[in-house]
Amino acid sequence: MAYTIPKETYSGKVLGLEFGKGPKALKVGGENTLPFLSFEGNIPNKPVIAYEIQDILPEDWPDTVQKQYTAVSDNPVKWAQFCQNDLKAQAVALRLIGTHPDRGNRSSEDAAKTVKDVLSAIEIPLIILGSNHIEKDASVLVAAAEAASGYNCIIGKAQEGNYKTIVAAALAHNHKLIAMSELDINLAKQLNILITQMGFDKERLITDPMCSALGYGLEYTYSVMERIRLAALLQNDATMQPPIVGDVGMYVWKVKETLASGADIPQWGALEERGILWEAITATAMLTAGANLLIMRHPKAVETVNKVIEELV
Amino acid sequence: MALSGVEIFKLLPKTNCKKCGFPTCLAFAMKLAQGQIDLSSCPDVSEESKRVLGEASAPLIKTFNLGTGAKAAKMGGETVLFRHDKKFFNPCVFALNIKDTLSDDELTKKVDEVLNSEIDRVGQNLRIDAISLEFASNDSSRYESVVKLISQKSPEVPVILNCKDPSAADRAVKAIADKKPLLYGASEANAEAMVNIAKTNKIPLGVYAEGLTALSALTEKIKGMGVEELVIDSGARKAKDIVELNTQIRRAALKKGFKPLGYPAINFILKNDPVLEASIAAVAAVKYASIIVLSSIEKWKNLALFTLRQNVYTDPQVPMQVEQKIYKLGEPNADSPLLITTNFSLTYFIVSGEVENSKIPSYLAVMDCEGLSVLTAWAAGKFTAGKIAQFIKESGIENQVKHRVLIIPGMVAILSGALEEKLEGWKIVVGPREANALPTFLKSKTA
Ligand code: SF4
Repeated sequence: MAYTIPKETYSGKVLGLEFGKGPKALKVGGENTLPFLSFEGNIPNKPVIAYEIQDILPEDWPDTVQKQYTAVSDNPVKWAQFCQNDLKAQAVALRLIGTHPDRGNRSSEDAAKTVKDVLSAIEIPLIILGSNHIEKDASVLVAAAEAASGYNCIIGKAQEGNYKTIVAAALAHNHKLIAMSELDINLAKQLNILITQMGFDKERLITDPMCSALGYGLEYTYSVMERIRLAALLQNDATMQPPIVGDVGMYVWKVKETLASGADIPQWGALEERGILWEAITATAMLTAGANLLIMRHPKAVETVNKVIEELV
Repeated sequence: MALSGVEIFKLLPKTNCKKCGFPTCLAFAMKLAQGQIDLSSCPDVSEESKRVLGEASAPLIKTFNLGTGAKAAKMGGETVLFRHDKKFFNPCVFALNIKDTLSDDELTKKVDEVLNSEIDRVGQNLRIDAISLEFASNDSSRYESVVKLISQKSPEVPVILNCKDPSAADRAVKAIADKKPLLYGASEANAEAMVNIAKTNKIPLGVYAEGLTALSALTEKIKGMGVEELVIDSGARKAKDIVELNTQIRRAALKKGFKPLGYPAINFILKNDPVLEASIAAVAAVKYASIIVLSSIEKWKNLALFTLRQNVYTDPQVPMQVEQKIYKLGEPNADSPLLITTNFSLTYFIVSGEVENSKIPSYLAVMDCEGLSVLTAWAAGKFTAGKIAQFIKESGIENQVKHRVLIIPGMVAILSGALEEKLEGWKIVVGPREANALPTFLKSKTA
């Protein structure tokens, strides 16, 4: 019995998406095969990692990751520049967490100003994220989209409860958009349909099926991503063909395994490496499931996952 | 390859005698095709049919143990490419590679690391499952004595003899044949000698060839020589090759019924940087490896890899649940806050994690809602005022706290009125909708 490569034939493909402008603009997606299976398809673009920064001091980030940014994290402009110039980031994701009513309740105008300042200080593409407060995001992201007009940013996240205004703003100011639903392929599909029904091109969408950290539901995210990719490729389901984002850092750097010291739980070993690896493995699992874009926090974890990507492409 | 119900039906007596407990032979055939019953339930099936069905129902990926005894690890037997289609059955084995060139002291330390690698997580005992002993000294008496040393220090831990030299392998295998080690290192160059060792000592053989064409030709040859328990190494070392070749192996075995690759796969991931090594190992763990050989096993690295393996090998059909009870987070006292949520394990993990983040010692009442999340349980009528009231009263928490304040999830704020009626003497406080707001919420409550 001679061996022949068991190839799958796919009728669909993942949509390619470009963000940012000028020479540093990036492209993700575009593959017509399951993740990294080059023997049966083309994978024109590598996955991209964006460094997460935020508009207020990252006091809620654990020390392991907070201390990486002590010199710059009091100012999002300095922080973004540090990512671009010192960490050689491909992209930055600015989370406007300070607009959350429980986290300082910064106004939309303040948020818009932060966005403008950051944009004029960097050349790499910017992802603009709200605070994940449904009502507040609806106004904050509209102001942010306007402030970033012309920069071809990714903004998000549009969710079932607030997508209308956010979609309209992304449409008006020519941005790409993250649509997020909670760990359910049908909800992801439905939200993408609702958004495209507003006249928003599916070519400009990114699906966020909601990330989960290693040990805290990672397998749910993993399987939802795999199923979205299979639907896009095997069933040629157009609504499931946008690239996928994994918002890794914010889910990882709050679980016990990234917080508890080695002295507290000796059988868990050193905290620093444990936290870094927790983020790297969560991110790697997302890549193998189909994520095209990752948002991460720890420079060492990003560096590791970039090496994994180099091995995977 | 698996037969369909109709194909099986053709092989049955077709008398509809009902002795199997089914009304017709066809009904029986359908159940058999789904793997829900055993052929032996039909007393009248012919020997010829038994043979054909037996062959067809043999697992597409060979199943056998690594090692013997309590710590033996089952490998192979997988039935799907994607975990959501059914589940992954036999969790991958993590093995530490040790070279026989280390001093006896260093060796002992490494073995101790393996023995001390056990961690309990979510009710499971997890550990580094095996030791891979690499023949690097080029001295077969040294190899033999190291094998003996390791097996004496860790008699229960399965051993992989990582050795391509048949004469050294022969001595080492003989020294611990009763432990049923896996002899890794059969290749085109040494196949005959290695097969002889495996046959004589009744042990499984690890087979290596560069690429799947060469590998499948070699496994056929070795099977022809009489060894059937094989572990296969495609030569993949880079993450891309691991994903591509492991996928091809699994697909060929399951979708094409291609027997020459229907064996557990082994991946060697030996790097200087432990974080990178673990990340590449993660690729192998999600993408079909049965054995993953590592060069170091720091505790933090083990915890992450064990957790990943546990995640990937959970049964996606069964909602993950935690036990119904009042959980103590931190060291709560009679004045500490009391929160309630459902027993969906993800819900529990997230809520308990956020409460712990708040650093405010609390009681978390986790109610059995058949593993549903808060909103789903409420919608399904399992997380109702009546049931919550009953649970709280029967839980004994009234003897543990002095106050009578229950914090309910913001998602079910609607329950608060009815709950105050049903739970006499209690005040209901509506908590945040999202768990990530719990730290702020709890701090403001106790300030
Ligand atoms: S016992 Fe055998 S012959 Fe009788 S009905 Fe069942 S399958 Fe058919």
